Amino acid sequence: MSKTYEYVPEPALVKGNHDFSSITSLITDINLRPTPKGWYLAFAVSNLLLFVMLVSIGYLVWEGTGIWGLNSTVGWGWAIINFVWWVGIGHAGTLISAILFLFRQDWRTAINRFAEAMTIFAVMCAGVFPAIHVGRIWVVYWMFPLPNQMAMWPNFASPLLWDVFAVSTYFTVSFLFWYVGLVPDLATIRDRIKSKTGKFLYGVFSLGWRGSNRHWWNYEKAYMILAGLATPLVLSVHTIVSFDFAVSIIPGWHTTIFPPYFVAGAVFSGFAMVLSLMIICRKIYKLEDIMTVDHIEKMNIILMVTGTMVGFAYLMEFFMAWYSGVEYEKAIFMLRATGPYAWAYWIMIACNVISPQFFWSKKLRRNVTFTFIISIIVNIGMWFERFVITVTSLSTDYMPSSWAYYSPTIWDALTYIGTFGLFFTFFLLFLRFLPMVAVAELKGVMPQADPHNYDEETGEYTPHEVIVPEPKNESV
Amino acid sequence: MNSAASNKSLYGMLAEFRNPKELVDAARIVNKNGFKKYDTFSPYPIHGMDKAMSLKKSKLGWIVLVHGLLGFSGALLMISFMMVFDYPLNISGKTLFNVPAWIPVTFELTVLLSAFGAVFGMFFLNGLPKLNHPLFSSENFKKATNDGFFVCVESTDPLFDSEKVHKLLEEAGAANIEKIYDEI
Repeated sequence: MSKTYEYVPEPALVKGNHDFSSITSLITDINLRPTPKGWYLAFAVSNLLLFVMLVSIGYLVWEGTGIWGLNSTVGWGWAIINFVWWVGIGHAGTLISAILFLFRQDWRTAINRFAEAMTIFAVMCAGVFPAIHVGRIWVVYWMFPLPNQMAMWPNFASPLLWDVFAVSTYFTVSFLFWYVGLVPDLATIRDRIKSKTGKFLYGVFSLGWRGSNRHWWNYEKAYMILAGLATPLVLSVHTIVSFDFAVSIIPGWHTTIFPPYFVAGAVFSGFAMVLSLMIICRKIYKLEDIMTVDHIEKMNIILMVTGTMVGFAYLMEFFMAWYSGVEYEKAIFMLRATGPYAWAYWIMIACNVISPQFFWSKKLRRNVTFTFIISIIVNIGMWFERFVITVTSLSTDYMPSSWAYYSPTIWDALTYIGTFGLFFTFFLLFLRFLPMVAVAELKGVMPQADPHNYDEETGEYTPHEVIVPEPKNESV
Repeated sequence: MNSAASNKSLYGMLAEFRNPKELVDAARIVNKNGFKKYDTFSPYPIHGMDKAMSLKKSKLGWIVLVHGLLGFSGALLMISFMMVFDYPLNISGKTLFNVPAWIPVTFELTVLLSAFGAVFGMFFLNGLPKLNHPLFSSENFKKATNDGFFVCVESTDPLFDSEKVHKLLEEAGAANIEKIYDEI
């Protein structure tokens, strides 16, 4: 009997012939070498966009929310759409850093730092919108349970207040998680940097980390607990974001499918954003050995799965509207697909449901350029999903006499474009000054890291070999 | 390695090893010889090191539990004070103790406080942040965050004896042994 099976090893997580010190220099040299000219250029553009955001917020505070395209029928416009969009993008970072960690997906180490940074900056961009959309921004502290001149407290039964707590907790925990991961790597830079200021700053922020195994022991425990906390947290955050809609009685919003549907959509758009950023950075910073095509393929599979889940949710919404027998529910879903915003609905379907289906093909999954294009399309599609949900339900609600068409103004657009300035300003600072790959974690998943991969006698590195046994001849 | 170390007290003996396997073996030897005040250093956490050093289970879980309970009960107390006692808020005639509606905020605050417990508890257990440490005086020790594997036996250990420790580490296969002084 001949062997009809073979051993297919998992693809190596780090390509090329790397040892620990070459990994250290590959990643941290980016922070140590002089700033490239292209970085200044990108930073200038981001700063310009950030300035656009600040100006549009300034004008908003001065003039009021009347500068936006809102009308008395559609009271929620781009501000809430952008908020949900940015928060959703952030969720991929936590999924990669926490959920994939709990599932022992070692490939996450190549992208987790990067994705967590994206999370933090995306949540910052998201946080801008609820803060500025309140109208009287100078009393924005009423959102928090702080003593105020009215002797009143916020309403803890309101989803909008839940949102305040969810998003601020999410930001804080993501930031702490990110920082805990950064400490050992900041210590690496501290020990390599030459400049005095650099030594001082990296020294302060690495908190005196020295790689002690007694420390690692507590550190790993903390990391696991944080991952265990961040996992339900990330699910709760987008659940609560969806409650902003689902707890109301507006047709098209008042559905129980919203929490899982929003979470799937969040992961979907977030992975697309990680891919867009990663594909550019791995090229510019020559990190193809770490962020390999295998990583892109795995992420594309997640993109396809979550995209299909989102597509299923779109279908299910239609079915439930019909099955509920409620006229308004049925009407709103028919209007979404055929009414005044049908163009937005079909953009959404094309981008979110159809485009990820290309990834059934292994060849396309491993095609970097194609992946990049799809990731951008998905981000556009997910923006339109939030647009469709928010605007269609409001513009054509119960009473046809109050129906109104909503279109944004230049200030809506400028504020949105401006948040990209905020995002990329921080992201570029991150790329410049912090290690963009988790160096210590990456070393931990290399085959050289395992003491069992060393020879008992000589102590030399000898990679583990898998021996597939010959099949036994058995007479039946 | 410093001869002008008369006014400095000896902190310990630092030895470098070539790879994670040798470090685990060395840690096992040092541990078996009865030393308590020693530590091993590596650029990443090494699998199996806890057993080699017979490290006790981390107490961090308890710290997190206490913080989590604090967040949970604190949130419920805060909300009931604000919504029931200090400024009773009647919403659609529902009961004032509208606990189901409080779940999201209670959950978030539980997670928030637990995360504080996990992060600050971990740094507390590790004695960080620390502005300086005797080991940072060694130029070679900078490799510990790159690709170096180190053992340090501290002089405060009752069994510590410079020559014996030197010999022990040498026999364990140390590549580079140096004395670390604590600058006073």
